[in-house]
Amino acid sequence: MSGAREEILGRIRTALLAGGGDAGLARKEAVRPALQQDPVTNFVDKLKAASASVTRVPDLPDVVEAIADYLQHHHLPTALVIGNDPPLPELAWPADWELARRPAAGDDHVSVTGAFAAIAETGSLVMLSGPGHPTSLNFLPDDHIVVLRASQVVAHMEDVWALLRARDGGMPRTVNIITGPSRTADVEQTIQLGAHGPRRLHVVLVAG
Amino acid sequence: MALTAREFKHQAEVALHDVNLQRALAKAKGGFVAKRRAAVAALPEFEEIRTAARAIKNHTLANLDAYLEQFERKVEESGGKVHWARTPEEACETIQGLIGSEPRQVLKGKSMVSEEIDLNHALEQHGHTMVETDLGEYIIQLAHERPSHIIAPAVHKTREQITDLFHTEHPKYGLTQPVTEVGAIVDEARQVLRTKFLNSEFGITGANFLIAETGSTVIVTNEGNGDLSQILPRVHIVTASIEKVVPTLDDMSTLLRLLGRSATGQEITSYTTLSTGPRRADDRDGPEEFHVVLLDNGRSTMLGNEFRDMLRCIRCGACLNHCPVYGAIGGHAYGWVYPGPMGSVLTPLMIGLENAADLPHACTLNGRCQEVCPMSIPLPDMLRALRFKEHERRITSARSRGALRAWAYLARRPRLYQAVTGLAMRVLRQLARGRGRFRSLPLAAGWTGSRDLPAPQGKTFQAQWRRR
Amino acid sequence: MSEEKKNVALFVTCLVDLFRPNVGFAAVRLLEKAGCRVSVPAAQTCCGQPAYNSGDRKTTADIARQVIRTFADYDYVVAPSGSCLGMLKEHYPRLFPDDSAWGPRAADLAERCYELTSFLVEVCGCMDIATSLPASATYHDSCSGLRELGIKQQPRSLLGQVEGLQLSEMEDTEVCCGFGGTFCVKYPQISERMVSDKVDNIIASGADMVLGGDLGCLLNISGRLKRQGSKVRAYHVAEVLAGMTDLPAIGEADGE
Ligand code: SF4
Repeated sequence: MSGAREEILGRIRTALLAGGGDAGLARKEAVRPALQQDPVTNFVDKLKAASASVTRVPDLPDVVEAIADYLQHHHLPTALVIGNDPPLPELAWPADWELARRPAAGDDHVSVTGAFAAIAETGSLVMLSGPGHPTSLNFLPDDHIVVLRASQVVAHMEDVWALLRARDGGMPRTVNIITGPSRTADVEQTIQLGAHGPRRLHVVLVAG
Repeated sequence: MALTAREFKHQAEVALHDVNLQRALAKAKGGFVAKRRAAVAALPEFEEIRTAARAIKNHTLANLDAYLEQFERKVEESGGKVHWARTPEEACETIQGLIGSEPRQVLKGKSMVSEEIDLNHALEQHGHTMVETDLGEYIIQLAHERPSHIIAPAVHKTREQITDLFHTEHPKYGLTQPVTEVGAIVDEARQVLRTKFLNSEFGITGANFLIAETGSTVIVTNEGNGDLSQILPRVHIVTASIEKVVPTLDDMSTLLRLLGRSATGQEITSYTTLSTGPRRADDRDGPEEFHVVLLDNGRSTMLGNEFRDMLRCIRCGACLNHCPVYGAIGGHAYGWVYPGPMGSVLTPLMIGLENAADLPHACTLNGRCQEVCPMSIPLPDMLRALRFKEHERRITSARSRGALRAWAYLARRPRLYQAVTGLAMRVLRQLARGRGRFRSLPLAAGWTGSRDLPAPQGKTFQAQWRRR
Repeated sequence: MSEEKKNVALFVTCLVDLFRPNVGFAAVRLLEKAGCRVSVPAAQTCCGQPAYNSGDRKTTADIARQVIRTFADYDYVVAPSGSCLGMLKEHYPRLFPDDSAWGPRAADLAERCYELTSFLVEVCGCMDIATSLPASATYHDSCSGLRELGIKQQPRSLLGQVEGLQLSEMEDTEVCCGFGGTFCVKYPQISERMVSDKVDNIIASGADMVLGGDLGCLLNISGRLKRQGSKVRAYHVAEVLAGMTDLPAIGEADGE
C-alpha cells in the first residue's frame, strides 16, 4: 500500500519518543539450560521422549542394515525417496532396492535424509533445504529416516545458529527444526501422532 | 469478523448453560495447567530465561523501527517481498492482489493475524476457496465457527461433535463411515487434506517470530500443516503483525524455550520452521514467491501509551488456560478474535472500548494470568487501565456510576459513614432474625441469586471498639 | 530501645468492620499477644478498592489520601486482609506518580504496612499461638494476598501451632473463588461457577472448616456453602489463631 510503510514507521518513531512500558530492563546474555548429561545421551533421551525412535550403529557401513531392519520391522517397502546430503552419498544400497532421488510425492511411504545438525537440549534434528535435501522429504512420507553422525550433535539451538552463520551461502530457504513425528492434540487434547506429516521419525545414529 | 463483544454478558450466560461446551472445557482445563507446571518445574533456569526474554522484547520494541527495516532489507535480499498494511482492510487487499482475480484454492496454516483481519471472509468474497489445514482450524471451519482459543482453536468441541461434523461433511470425498476414535478422526482429516495440499497454488501461514538478522519468518507447529502449506504451493504468503520481530536467531531461541512450555507444556514443538525468501535457484522444491504482509492495526499506537507491554505477548495462551473466567465460559463469549485475559486487553484496544466495554470488567483481577505469563505482562494492571478509560469516557453504566458516587460520598466522611453503616448493619441483623444469613435480599439479588448472604454480626467493629 | 512496644494501627477493613467485627477483635488480641500496642484510628472507612477497580481514579486518590493521613503516625499498619493491604502497599504508591507531596507519603505507608499473618511471622517473629481447636481445616489462598504480597506459608505456619488442628490442602487452593469485589454482583453467573468449583474442592478436601485471610472471599465461599446446604464452616484465620471461634461461623445461625 502506498504510504503505509512510511506511515507505520513514522507512527512507531513518534510512539517511541513518547515512551511507555517497562523499558528499564537491560538486555543481557541469555541463559542456556544446563544439560544433565553428555550431549549425545541427552539427545537420544529427548528424541525418544518426543516419540521418535533411534538405532545406534558403530560405523557408516552399518547404516543400510539398520535401515533394512527398520523397514522390515514396520513392514515397509524397500522403495525409498532419498536425499543426497551427507552422509547419504557414501552409503552402499542393496541393488534390488528402489531408490528415487527427488522431492517427495504425496504417496511416498519412506524417505531417507541426512541432517545439518542435531540439538541435544531438545532432541531435535535440524534440516536445511538445498539441492541435496528437498524439504518435502521431511513432511510428505509416512516414515522419515534420518542418518546422523554423533559428531553432528550440538548442545543448544544457538550452536546451530553459529554453524549456520559460518556456512557458505547464508540462510537456506527453509530451516526445519524437527522434534519427533507430526502430532496433534486438537481432538479433546489427546495426543495423536501422524497429523499431516510423518507418522514415525527414526534416527540412525552413527558413532563418532 | 463478526463482532459480538457487546453481547459478552449474554454470551457468557449462554456458554455457562451449554452442556457440550462445559464438557469440553472441563476436559481441557486441568491438562494445560498440569503440563505447563511440569514443564516449568523441569527447567531450573525458567525464571532467568523469562527475565532475559522480557528484556529482549523490551529492547526490540524500543527499537522497533530499526528492526523492522532490517527485517525488510533481509527479506528482500533473499528474494522475498515485504508489504506493509496499516489496517485489516489494507492487509486483505494486498493479499487479494497477490492471489489475483481468478478463483483459487488457498491453503492456510493457523494464523491469529489472519483471524484479526478476517482474511478468509475477504478472500471468499473474491471467489477463492480457503482451506484451513490445522486440524483444529479445519474442524471449526467445517462448523462455520471461529477459534475459541488462540492455540487450540477447537478446544470447545467434543469428540462426538467432531464425529458428527465429519459424518456430515466428508461423504462428498467418499468417506461415509462415521469415525469415532481420535486416531481415526485424525486419519480421515489427513486423507482429505492431503489432496488439497498437493493441489493448491497459494499457501498462507502466520508467523510466531520474524528474525531481523536473517529476514526469516518462523512458525512453531506440531502437525506439519504449516510446512506443507508453504513448501508445496507456488506462492507462500506470511501474515504477521509488526511486534513479532526479534533481533537475532539467538533471541528467538530464548523465546522458544518459553513458548512451548507455556503453551502446551512441550519443551519444543514438533516443528519449528524458518522460512527465508523463495526457493533458491538450485532448490528442488519450495515456493517460487515469498511475501510477508506486515500488519499494524493499532500496535504502533500501543507502543506509545501505557499498553506497550502488551506488545511483548507471544500468543502462548497460558493466560487463557489459567483464567478461571475463561475456564468457565470458553472463548466465544468474548465476542472477537482474542479471548481470555490477553483478549480482554487487546480487543478493546483494537475494536474500540465502547464496543467491548464489558471485557475489562469481566475479571476478578486475581492475577493468575500475570503469574504464568512467560513475558510477565501485567495483564490485571492493563485491565484496570482500561477501566480508568471507561470511567473517564463515561462508558460504564449510569447505575454503577451512581452507586459508586453514593458510596464514595460516605467513604470520604468517616463520621457519617460510621453512623450510616452502623445503623444499616443493625437493621440487617434484625432482618436476619438469628438465621445467620439471607437467602434473598432486595437490592442484593446479584449476590443472593447464587449464594446466601452472611448476616452481619450486629454492631460494627468501630461501634464496639469505641465502647471498649 | 528494642524493648519498647511496637506502635501498631489496625486497619480494620470495611467488610470486617461491618460484617464480622470478631475478626477485628481477634486481630487485636493476636497483635497484643505479640507485644504490640494497638490503636484503631477512628477516621478509617475503606481502602478504596471499589472505586479503584471500577476505574474511578480520582475518588480512589481522595480515599487514599485520607487513609495515608489517618495512619501517618504509627510504626506499623496492619490489616486482616491481603486484598486491602495489597491496595495500600502495591497500589497507593502508583496513584501519585508525579506528586512530590503524596507520592513519598504513599511510599512511606507502603513501607510500614503489613497483612496480619505476615506481620506476625515476619515482624513479630515466631510468636507463641498457644491455642487449640480440635478440627480439620483447609486453607483458601486469596488472590491478592498470594500474588501481590506473597502470603502462602505465613498463615499455614501459624495454623500449624494450633493444637489439634489438622490442615489438609484442597485442590486448586490458589484459584480465585469468584468474589472479585463488584465482579460477583456484576457477573453473578460467572462468579457462581467459580465459587461452585471452589466449594467442590473444599468439600472434596474432607475438611470440616475452611479458613482464609480475606473476609470478601469467606463471605462468598460460606454463602455458597450454605446455599448448597453444606456443613463446612468458614472462619477467618485470625479467629482461629486467637482462639475466638466460639461464635457461629460466618453465615451460620446462632446455635447451628
Ligand atoms: S499475554 Fe502472556 S500468557 Fe497470555 S498469550 Fe500473551 S504471552 Fe501468553
